[in-house]
Amino acid sequence: MWHWEANPLNGPAVLGMIIGGVVILLMTLGVVTYSILWQRKLIGWIQWRIGPNRVGPLGLFQTIADVIKLLIKEDVIPEKSDRAMFLLAPIIAFVPSFTVLAVIPFSAHHVFTANAAIGALFYIALSAITIHGVMLGAWASNNKYSLIGGMRSAAMMVSYEIPLGLSIVGVVLMAGSINLNDIVEAQARSGWWNVVPQILGFIVFLIASTAELNRTPFDLAEAESELVAGYHTEYSGFRFAFFMLTEYVYLFAMAGLCATLYLGGWSGPFLPGWLWFAIKVFLYISFQFWLQATMPRMRIDQLMTFSWKVLLPLALVNLVLTAVIKAFV
Amino acid sequence: MFQYWNGYLFVALFIILGVFLPVAALWIIGPLLRPNHPTQGKRSTYESGLEPFGDARVRYNARYYLFALLFVVFDVETLFLYPWAVSFKKLGLFALVEMLIFLFLLVIGLVYAWRKKVLEWT
Repeated sequence: MWHWEANPLNGPAVLGMIIGGVVILLMTLGVVTYSILWQRKLIGWIQWRIGPNRVGPLGLFQTIADVIKLLIKEDVIPEKSDRAMFLLAPIIAFVPSFTVLAVIPFSAHHVFTANAAIGALFYIALSAITIHGVMLGAWASNNKYSLIGGMRSAAMMVSYEIPLGLSIVGVVLMAGSINLNDIVEAQARSGWWNVVPQILGFIVFLIASTAELNRTPFDLAEAESELVAGYHTEYSGFRFAFFMLTEYVYLFAMAGLCATLYLGGWSGPFLPGWLWFAIKVFLYISFQFWLQATMPRMRIDQLMTFSWKVLLPLALVNLVLTAVIKAFV
Repeated sequence: MFQYWNGYLFVALFIILGVFLPVAALWIIGPLLRPNHPTQGKRSTYESGLEPFGDARVRYNARYYLFALLFVVFDVETLFLYPWAVSFKKLGLFALVEMLIFLFLLVIGLVYAWRKKVLEWT
């Protein structure tokens, strides 16, 4: 009755759909809240510190306190900025970051997932819109640090999107479908998660996705030692919070995409599907925080060269190898 | 059929929720909670404590433009590869040879850009 998937929409189905969307929204906010806390705790432990432990038991309410603090801060709009674009930019950045979650298959049941036939392509296409929000925000701020951060961010996202897209084509070849549900089912059927036959593509994907997320060692867009805060230097209060939220929602979405494409999504023995999915997402997110605690930042010339001269040829080799093996085996 | 449309209705619902959250937080609840005392000093551009000089919107390094051009070429290539990968099984060996030729031509383009030092950031 609640399954809106394959039926014409009636009352309960519409309700089921709306409940599904709201549940995903609340879950996303929860995941973001606690992945920020987990980031601070994990990096604290790696650096031989305790991490936040004052607000609530074990510091569990730290991020909530931070959000409330940001909510009651003044919203400063610089006089030289382009006001309309300055106000719109965080929304343009945030909306696609949340919308991509609509196609990620969280579990075998489709209540929380649009079973879109173009899943992987949808993710790539929409995630490219966020860069417009970042660029608009950087441009509208009329601040030198912001503009440099925004330009760097655009150049980097653009360069790393190509190895990312090409590595996903390898997975699409394996499954014969762009639908993310089909990709998971193909992995569950074959018994191999794609990380084994697509190991080269997985490595390319992992590196390129780190760059797409603007995370260390590719966090040049907000290199705080040179650019203050990068593209959101002029943003304050809750508008700044939305840029941060965008970043962490993408971390969650990219973790979901990585789990779906390479780690078998919700498939796995013994445990229920959603738990397998949660474990894989948790591993990816923790991996990103581990990188952040241990890696130094790259230089911009190394960054651009690395994408075009190393990752792109590797992704092409992976693609051709997959196609040849698929054609003759 | 219903599966197709319902899936995209779900996506539309996500867009509505995604717009609702920032609008509610920034325009409806936000103004009730946050103070609003803009002063001249606050509203000036941040420049590490110095008096801001000039405008940020100046002419910019042409390198970015070259990378954007390269991006367009290779992104369209990637886009062509998706439908090819989906129907690869049905098309068989013919599709493989065709795509190898296509990739070869693009790799020549990449090698050209490489030799022309477009990929260097100096």
